[in-house]
Amino acid sequence: MEIFLLDKTIVVVIVFLITLLIAMYSTWAERKVAGFIQDRIGPNRAGIFGILQPLADGVKMFMKEEIIPTQADKALFIMAPGISMLTALLTSSVIPWGSYLEINGRQVMMQITDINIGMLYIFAVVSTGVYGIMIGGWSSNNKYSLMGALRASSQMISYELALGLALISVIMMTETLSLKSIVEYQAINGWNIIYQPLGFLIFFICALAECNRTPFDLPESEAELIGGYHTEYSSMKLGLFLFAEYVNMFISGAIMSALFFGGYNLPFHEELSTVFSHNTLAILGTVSFMLKTFTFIFIFMWIRWTVPRFRYDQLMHLGWKILLPLAMFNVVATGTVILIKMLW
Amino acid sequence: MEKLTNRSKVVVKKEMTFLESIYLPAIFGGMWITLKHFFKKKPTIQYPEEKRPFSFVYRGLHILKRDEQGRENCTACGLCAVACPAEAITIVAAERKKGEEHLYREEKYAASYEINMLRCIFCGLCEEACPKDAVYLTEELVPSQYDRKDFIFGKDKLVQPLGTSAHPKTYKPYKK
Repeated sequence: MEIFLLDKTIVVVIVFLITLLIAMYSTWAERKVAGFIQDRIGPNRAGIFGILQPLADGVKMFMKEEIIPTQADKALFIMAPGISMLTALLTSSVIPWGSYLEINGRQVMMQITDINIGMLYIFAVVSTGVYGIMIGGWSSNNKYSLMGALRASSQMISYELALGLALISVIMMTETLSLKSIVEYQAINGWNIIYQPLGFLIFFICALAECNRTPFDLPESEAELIGGYHTEYSSMKLGLFLFAEYVNMFISGAIMSALFFGGYNLPFHEELSTVFSHNTLAILGTVSFMLKTFTFIFIFMWIRWTVPRFRYDQLMHLGWKILLPLAMFNVVATGTVILIKMLW
Repeated sequence: MEKLTNRSKVVVKKEMTFLESIYLPAIFGGMWITLKHFFKKKPTIQYPEEKRPFSFVYRGLHILKRDEQGRENCTACGLCAVACPAEAITIVAAERKKGEEHLYREEKYAASYEINMLRCIFCGLCEEACPKDAVYLTEELVPSQYDRKDFIFGKDKLVQPLGTSAHPKTYKPYKK
């Protein structure tokens, strides 16, 4: 029992640290990608290729003066960035980062916990993610913040429906809610993207909206809402809000690669297992999982620096009138195919 | 009406076709363009380490030249000050004394020669007006200062240091 707890603690700490590290370097990567797409070089002064830029930014954020508006609801104002960050990080607990490692005859899962309602858990946590933004915007007692918070909450709620429906078809196929089982299902039957291209497209678009990324970054809208829900925030509280966005991006990239792109599975698993030991294979699987996730993060950034922002009515039109019916159609179509297969 | 160029397009608000209305082809087209830019060669010049060469006729900071024997060319005739459209040049003339022949080329010299760099527009008319080949505009930029008074450059900053005989266009007084 003690050994089990120790193993879990180590896994939790490692997952936590890696998530934060990747989120940190996503901020750097975002600026680099933005620079390269705009024919610039991006940050290159702090360290070689600007590799120390996130640290410099962190120091800057901590050293900045902290301003709390006098009319703000102080307790909620301080709580909001914490809630944002918390909900962003909580999701990482059910993501299967790899299969298991064999250490001294014990099997150490490379996943914090494999609960059998993993997908449901993710939905629950992701939908509470809107609270951080909403509370932050409301407690600032500022019109712009409130507008941003309103937009954020309506957007996240609208797109959650299509997101959920897109996943239901995946769950119908795999007949499980546990993420690990979904990944293992794909090891036998091939990647879900082959059977659910429409589902993936809907999920991807909704994931962009859930992360408040362009073209769905209306809650922030630097131009119209001067920052939206974090207008009044300064110092590291602002840093946490921005950071939560990158954590969310990483997590949704990980979820997409786990659900649709085979997670930590390697191609030619049988052939490879004769060459490498089990532990090497597990680590290779984790590396491939990370590579898939990074590809998604890159695509997120690539889209951000390509596509302009939606207008508010266009956003609602897309969410309710296009994505939701499409997702429903996808569920019905998947159900029909499954039914036909069962009857044969 | 006749058009000035053939670049203008007539905008028509027409119904989008199905492919246009799902946006995705257009978005992929846009992403293809940004991807091409991603791999383009960047035109950035890393400024403090790497400097772009100036044009040969660039007009920067002034220099008061000396002749081959190290004597100041300027005779304080004041033609540069008259030519200056910004009235940036102030000259006080003085007469050369006995024993100063190695310092000044002619009998009259500039006891003080001041250019206000905030007034100067770097037009180069002083250089053109000078009959004695004394004032030239180099490639050097005027360094920034904290005080207005520091922008009034006297002879200490303008006169070419002794022992140098560089061409005015390649002379870099601030490069160490």
